[in-house]
Amino acid sequence: MTALETVGAVLAAGVQVALVVVGAPYLTGLMRQVRARLEGRAGAGVGQPVRDLRKLFRKEATRPEGTSVVFVAAPLILLASSVFLAAVVPFVSTVASVGGVSDLFAVVAILMLGTVALALAAIDTGTAFGGMGASREITIVALVEPTILLAIFALSVRVGSSDLTDIVAGTLAFPAQVLSPASLLAAVAFAVVIIAETGRLPVDNPSTHLELTMIHEAMVLEYSGRDLAMIELAASMRLALLLGLGVNLFAPWGVATSVAPLALLLGIVMLIVKVALVGVALAVFEVFMAKLRLFRVPELLAGSLLFALLAVAASYFLA
Amino acid sequence: MTLIAFGLTVVAVGAVLGALAITLVPQRLRPLTSGVVTAGVGVGGVLAGIGGLMGAGSSGAAWTRVAPGLLPLGEARLSVDALSGVFLLLVGAVAIAAGVYGIGYTGDGPHHANPAGSRTSQATVPLFVASMIFVPASASVTTFLVVWELMALTSLVLVLTEHRLRPSVRDAGLWYAGMTHAGLVAIMTGFVVFAAGAGGESFDALRAGATHLSPAARSTVFILVFVGFGAKAGLVPLHVWLPRAHPEAPSHVSALMSAAMVSLGIYGLIRVDFDLLGGGPRWWGLLVLAIGAISALFGVLQASVSTDLKRLLAYSTTENVGLMAMGIGAAGVFAADGNRALAGVLIAAALLHALNHAAFKTVLFLGAGSVLRATGLRDLDSLGGLVRRMPLTAALFGVGALGAAALPPGNGFVSEWVLLQGLIHSISHGISAAPVVAVSIPIAVGVVALTAGLGVATFVKAFGVGFLAQPRSTAAATAVESPVSMRVGMGLAGATCVVLGIAPAVAGGALDRVLNVLAPVRDTAPLANSAVTLRLASIQGSMSPLLIAVGLALAALVVVGAVRRVGGIAPRRVVGVWANGNAERNARQELTATSFAEPLTRVFDDVLRPEHDINITPYAESSYLIESVTFRQRVPDRLEAAIYPPLLAAAETWGRWSRRMANGRVHRYLAYGFIGLLAALVVVAVTT
Repeated sequence: MTALETVGAVLAAGVQVALVVVGAPYLTGLMRQVRARLEGRAGAGVGQPVRDLRKLFRKEATRPEGTSVVFVAAPLILLASSVFLAAVVPFVSTVASVGGVSDLFAVVAILMLGTVALALAAIDTGTAFGGMGASREITIVALVEPTILLAIFALSVRVGSSDLTDIVAGTLAFPAQVLSPASLLAAVAFAVVIIAETGRLPVDNPSTHLELTMIHEAMVLEYSGRDLAMIELAASMRLALLLGLGVNLFAPWGVATSVAPLALLLGIVMLIVKVALVGVALAVFEVFMAKLRLFRVPELLAGSLLFALLAVAASYFLA
Repeated sequence: MTLIAFGLTVVAVGAVLGALAITLVPQRLRPLTSGVVTAGVGVGGVLAGIGGLMGAGSSGAAWTRVAPGLLPLGEARLSVDALSGVFLLLVGAVAIAAGVYGIGYTGDGPHHANPAGSRTSQATVPLFVASMIFVPASASVTTFLVVWELMALTSLVLVLTEHRLRPSVRDAGLWYAGMTHAGLVAIMTGFVVFAAGAGGESFDALRAGATHLSPAARSTVFILVFVGFGAKAGLVPLHVWLPRAHPEAPSHVSALMSAAMVSLGIYGLIRVDFDLLGGGPRWWGLLVLAIGAISALFGVLQASVSTDLKRLLAYSTTENVGLMAMGIGAAGVFAADGNRALAGVLIAAALLHALNHAAFKTVLFLGAGSVLRATGLRDLDSLGGLVRRMPLTAALFGVGALGAAALPPGNGFVSEWVLLQGLIHSISHGISAAPVVAVSIPIAVGVVALTAGLGVATFVKAFGVGFLAQPRSTAAATAVESPVSMRVGMGLAGATCVVLGIAPAVAGGALDRVLNVLAPVRDTAPLANSAVTLRLASIQGSMSPLLIAVGLALAALVVVGAVRRVGGIAPRRVVGVWANGNAERNARQELTATSFAEPLTRVFDDVLRPEHDINITPYAESSYLIESVTFRQRVPDRLEAAIYPPLLAAAETWGRWSRRMANGRVHRYLAYGFIGLLAALVVVAVTT
């Protein structure tokens, strides 16, 4: 790798972080707006999450009495893990600045690290709702894990590597692979994973105000001010990251394979378009969905596990 | 004198003289003496281990000593190669941490004498460590079995330390004695068959003679030895002694047993399967893989619903040993199919996981011991809030929990990553496309994944419910931090976790040398190219724990800087929490370990089948007014309930039946002797 390429790759990583940090709240706003319109409401506008964040960052942060350092550190870990992933996942360019950080298993584990930090903080508040949210979130995360890893397995077969950069580059080189049975089955499994990991309907209702049905919201009840802003921003970023990951794994067209400025620009534009499209599709899907009972969620996840297992089997027997 | 000889001399002489010294010194000095001697014996083990890893050439032993006539049935033969070396290092390192920790832990408590400080118990600890160290160093069947049994007996004494305090200790001791001796019988029988076929009892003779054995004899040896070592390693269904003995033993002994002794079961399996027998047919590998998968899943499932902290850790040991067995089993499958490179990766994964498990399980058991010493409690439901009372213990337990949950930058993540890489490359390496492999490997990946997921749930529960939130009992509310020696012991193990977590390549070269001892994976060197980045040779896989840790830290710095600019640095105002409309928060409203695991209990209802017991007591005046409600949940070990009671009943019936045969009349016994002799003669006459 030449020095120029390294500089370009670092630059591309910086662009990705900026893009995700700035774009994620707008993506959340877009999805809320689509839902609002479909439900016959006027909606608050695409920029509302950004205005909310600006407001929250200026408000006073509070800390419940009797909480430990875990409560303070959790938003930081959550946001830092999201920023780190925004830098290393090949959203815009497949030229990596440093090797060895974009392995898909590691990416998934780092996402989980953020979830765990928030769950521990929720337990730390010592309230019934915090603990309940943590318990539910961790249960779902534990049950999603097999699906994710098997989907990764299925995707890694065709390129012989579980590194995201290799997978994306491999799909770019052989676009026909996207339509293979293994890839399609893995895509279905991965879609369920995204819904469960980001707490969307039908697994969790992101706009609920009823504590008894909350999962994510129950964990963050005690946060306020800049801490809450960090969590909200991180939640938006995780949604954007997972959607971006999804589109780039199964439809990587437009991702730059060099660090030429024009290619990078095309990569950025394509990423925004693709993620926005998938986000709108997800929002539309949510309008027609009711939340599942918590104890029906494992059935959904078992279904997705079956798809993932079939994907792996397909890649064995149909390859 | 080589490093190995020096180290092993330190171990032997130190343990014997040390044990003598411990029995002689006054009670006041006993904890210090025992701790220093144990740690010293551990240092000897580490030195010998380093010698074994460094000194070994391309293959073969780095050091051998033979003492003819020392043992009644044969010679005492010691030999250290790289495979012994890595386990010597492991046992020695755990012993150092546990020894230092024991200085504070075995001292008398403020109100009562500590049974772990008794003369017997204190003197047995270094002997136990020494016998563990000599297990990987022994190189003949007789030596191995004698040392193995010494290890079992000394650990049994230690398990029984607190037998005066709780009747459950005696029960645990009985189970442990029974299981470990059943295992010994299996190992001994296997080795006897092996030695008879190979025509010699030294490991060199076994290695050379293994090819002369018929396939049936080889398989018999393998099965017997697998059962025996599986019982020691805690593989399902022979795991039943772990959740009994680990919680009841003093905590530094639990750490020694769970982190070090259990790994020796894995050592034995690798030694016999891959070294002495030189690998076997594919079904051996599949069997080990299947048993490993069931152990991993069953162990983590039980751990995720356990409320007793040490019982939880014991089940987690079964889980992690299961993961190691999965690596060994899959390696066996690929080695049998001729895919040596992949087999090498998987064996390296198993060995790396053994090291990682030893590191984090030591921290966790020592941490649990500190909690137990400070509060007298093992029940997570009654703990909570310890992070403020015992900050260092909580932080170190957190480091261990991060490793055990297999999350980056914890150390468990690294070895699980290598294991997964080995498994998922089975297709792209395409040599073994046998249907049975094609079906079992995806299932294995799913099992590892579910294990990892439930492992996260388990350790979020253990750390969150145990150390965070508000204390749920006065004992937890008044806990005090442990003495310096205990903190140092935990700190040593915690530091090892951190090093293995972010720089696993320090173990890479050593593991490559270990693989050279094993014929089926010789010269595969899967980790040879690893430095900052873990790069697997011959398959496309690279991951850099150090860069990930640095990257996360950098991202955190950036976030802190940015948030300070945007949101300011005003200190957070301390406010009351939302207490569901009550004026004050009540610790009884917190989630306990039982309620935290309730969703999981419900999801896995069919496997766990928990037992509920709800008692509602109304007031005498009206049945509509409730005075109190008690809820009790027990999650019994369903595998144990399905297998052991019938087995024990059968043994009892057999015992009753044989008692009828022995009615005390001498002429009946003479008749038995006569019939027995006759039968033996008939067998001899027919077979010759």
